[in-house]
Amino acid sequence: MTRLTAWFTEGRSTGKHTLPFVVILLGVTILASAANLFLPADSIFYVSTYTITLLGKYLCYAMLALAVDIIWGYCGILSLGHGAFFALGGYAMGMYLMRQIGDRGVYGNPILPDFMVFLDWKELPWFWLGMDQFWFAMLMAVFIPGLLAFVFGWLAFRSRVTGVYLSIMTQALTYALLLAFFRNEMGFGGNNGLTDFKEILGFSLQADSTRVALFLITAILLAVIFVISQKILSSRFGKVVLAIRDSESRSRFIGYRTDRYKVWLFVYSAVIAGIAGALYVPQVGIINPGEFSPINSIEMVIWVAVGGRGTLIGAVIGALLVNYAKTRFTAIMPDAWLFALGAMFVLVTLYLPKGLMGLYGQLKAKRNSVTKKESQA
Amino acid sequence: MRRITLRHCIALCCCLFGLFSLSTHAAEAASFDPLLAELGEAKIKDMEPILVRIEAVSDETVLPLLRTLLNGNLYYIKAEKKVIGEFESNGETYYKDVFTDEINAGIDRRDVDKIRVNNNLRGYLRNAIARIQLTSKSPSVRENAVRELLSKLDGSTVAVLEGLYPNETNKKVKDAMGLALAMNTASQTELAASNRIAAIEKLSSSLENDVRNLLTTLTRDDNTAVVTAANIALEKIAQRANRFAFVDQLFFGLSLGSVLLLASIGLAITFGVMGVINMAHGEMIMLGAYTTYVVQLMMPNYIDYSIWVAIPAAFLVSGLMGVLIERLVICRLHGRPLETLLATFGISLILQQLVRTIFSPLNRQVSTPSWMSGSWEINPVLSLTLNRLYILAFALLVFIVLVIVLKKTPLGLNVRAVSQNRNMAKAMGVKTNWVDAMTFGLGSGIAGIAGVALSQLTNVGPNLGQSYIIDSFMVVVFGGVGNLLGTLVAAFTLGIATKFLEPTTGAVLAAILVLVFIILFIQKRPKGLFPQKGRAAE
Repeated sequence: MTRLTAWFTEGRSTGKHTLPFVVILLGVTILASAANLFLPADSIFYVSTYTITLLGKYLCYAMLALAVDIIWGYCGILSLGHGAFFALGGYAMGMYLMRQIGDRGVYGNPILPDFMVFLDWKELPWFWLGMDQFWFAMLMAVFIPGLLAFVFGWLAFRSRVTGVYLSIMTQALTYALLLAFFRNEMGFGGNNGLTDFKEILGFSLQADSTRVALFLITAILLAVIFVISQKILSSRFGKVVLAIRDSESRSRFIGYRTDRYKVWLFVYSAVIAGIAGALYVPQVGIINPGEFSPINSIEMVIWVAVGGRGTLIGAVIGALLVNYAKTRFTAIMPDAWLFALGAMFVLVTLYLPKGLMGLYGQLKAKRNSVTKKESQA
Repeated sequence: MRRITLRHCIALCCCLFGLFSLSTHAAEAASFDPLLAELGEAKIKDMEPILVRIEAVSDETVLPLLRTLLNGNLYYIKAEKKVIGEFESNGETYYKDVFTDEINAGIDRRDVDKIRVNNNLRGYLRNAIARIQLTSKSPSVRENAVRELLSKLDGSTVAVLEGLYPNETNKKVKDAMGLALAMNTASQTELAASNRIAAIEKLSSSLENDVRNLLTTLTRDDNTAVVTAANIALEKIAQRANRFAFVDQLFFGLSLGSVLLLASIGLAITFGVMGVINMAHGEMIMLGAYTTYVVQLMMPNYIDYSIWVAIPAAFLVSGLMGVLIERLVICRLHGRPLETLLATFGISLILQQLVRTIFSPLNRQVSTPSWMSGSWEINPVLSLTLNRLYILAFALLVFIVLVIVLKKTPLGLNVRAVSQNRNMAKAMGVKTNWVDAMTFGLGSGIAGIAGVALSQLTNVGPNLGQSYIIDSFMVVVFGGVGNLLGTLVAAFTLGIATKFLEPTTGAVLAAILVLVFIILFIQKRPKGLFPQKGRAAE
């Protein structure tokens, strides 16, 4: 056990939250799942399936926030286009789920999804081939975002596009994809996107047990990715990444090929976003081009900013808090949400540059100094 | 231009009518009244001869009567044996004298019978109106009348035209008449082939739709020589039409470019001088557009002049908002461009929601001043809409004024100094804080002016600014930061490129291709088309 603890907390101070985080995350997840499956619906501890799905959605967002934090908080690359990778992962899953519908669609075509029959297409486009295999679809869910991130990152970082230029380019990227996916001719369902999913790997998506299983899988993957990211970022590679964030030209002069580090970190981050998207789609039951819209991508950035960038735990906490607030706000007074979100952007950047984690650190430092003074006195 | 000329000609007729009615009405009316009474009593099938007689004894003054009849608004007062026109205003029905426009309040719906017309009569009336207009005193009315007739030439109209042609003095009208006669000649199968071919050759210099339709029918003619001539003429027309289509596309490209220029030029200043990206720039445009809307609400009777109030008002509203944002938020985030980006994005969300709360999320209609509506018809295939033309000129004017401000005023000098070397400028005593605030105000004010222009082209809604923000950034990045000339070139290049791609690829794909092109372009030249040179560049 001590070795396990040591493995978890290895690395610098950033790693010290890892074990508590994993324990709390998995503990809450398992308790909630058990409460849904084994308690009667009238028990006060019963967790409704709606809540389970909502929690699963939040965990996907947390994973996405992790992806944004890895490149923004640790490497200083502000991507305003991570929604694109998320949506691409989601579309890969959506295509698999679409093929699983088979002949139960409205038009009853065993091969073509409904929207293709509607558009009078005769055969499946080449990029839909193989998507009926789960393993292949999942491979694509990580491969396509990774490939896009590689091509984009390779082009951008090699010619040293940095700072606000890069941010705008990433925004343009997701905007271009938004426009493209809105087109019916693209073969991804146009502006309706992909929906009406029936089952995944033979399990009905409507069943409580499937929902709980998806929720558990999301939590476990989030924990795994959290631990792996912690490992990567506290390794030698991670140190170089931090050096690039703090002074790219100096790292370059020392002899590091900073562009390569940035490209691989960008690809890693995009892959995480793709996985988050693939887990998100079966839980919410739809994927449409709206996920590509620039405002979604920019919202992810605020999750990280609120939680505290440069700390993985901060990204997760930020995503959970902001999305919980969004759910509550939009239910009570829908108009106020955008005011709150806008104010959050302004206030967090002005007064909380390190987010809630930074605030926590400040408070702790203050308490420590106070207790130190007291003990001295 | 069809719109404008029609309106003109109606206005003109009213005018003429006003002048002449006083003097001639009494005399005319005397000869009309029995005929009009007859018209009111007649059955539909007996009406045409009566109309022929009316036409024979009348001139332009009868046009309002014929038009009212054509629109089915002419009524007959049985008791007084008189006709009267019906019109609607604010949902109420009124009756008025068709000649003097005097409202006759004493008439009830039950006292009058509608004078009905059928399609046959409508055709006759249209021709009759055109024939009367042919003898009008105004050349433009005459020319329009001829063009109206092109699609419905028949024996009687051709006879009228042939009679008028030798005596016509106005060249334009004469050309139009010649065209109509040539069309008639070309379509007469019983005429000699050589005459018809000569007429077809004459037709090949016209771009009228009716001429093309006629030539297309002639390609199925029995006479092979006529068929070849018609084909050659069609080919020639197609070539000319293509040339004008190119000009048309170019115009739309320039128009899009001028919109992009207006939207991005303010951004170019703030980004160039302060190095910060103002994500709320689009909302400054939106505020300008809403200012136009509010100004129009406040002066509903002076829409034509409202724009002259709206331009300075929008500049002030957006400019003050810009100064406010700079003082409250941006100056505190100095040297942290990514944080500035996020904070201004938050501001843009707040402003959007504010507008949604105040004005409703629905689009608002901003009316176009009458002098800006309509179009400038150069020929039948090429007409340039006036509002786009004005906005193009306006964008260039704003650009020139801005260049002068930056080159010739003390503020401009300070702004340039700060953008080239902030610390040195500070050391020389330039109040950089003040310059930052003024620059931001100027950039935002220009965005507000862009909003006034955009309100004339698109719907005014809370999302107006968002749809332009990415495009504006592309323009600034493409042109090179801190370089106004670069912004100008980039805006027009992107505008024209988009409009020329659109017919082949469709609007969405064109937008994507342009975006991809810029992403690739930035790889090659990260500092844009015209990078800053010298020590100013890092």
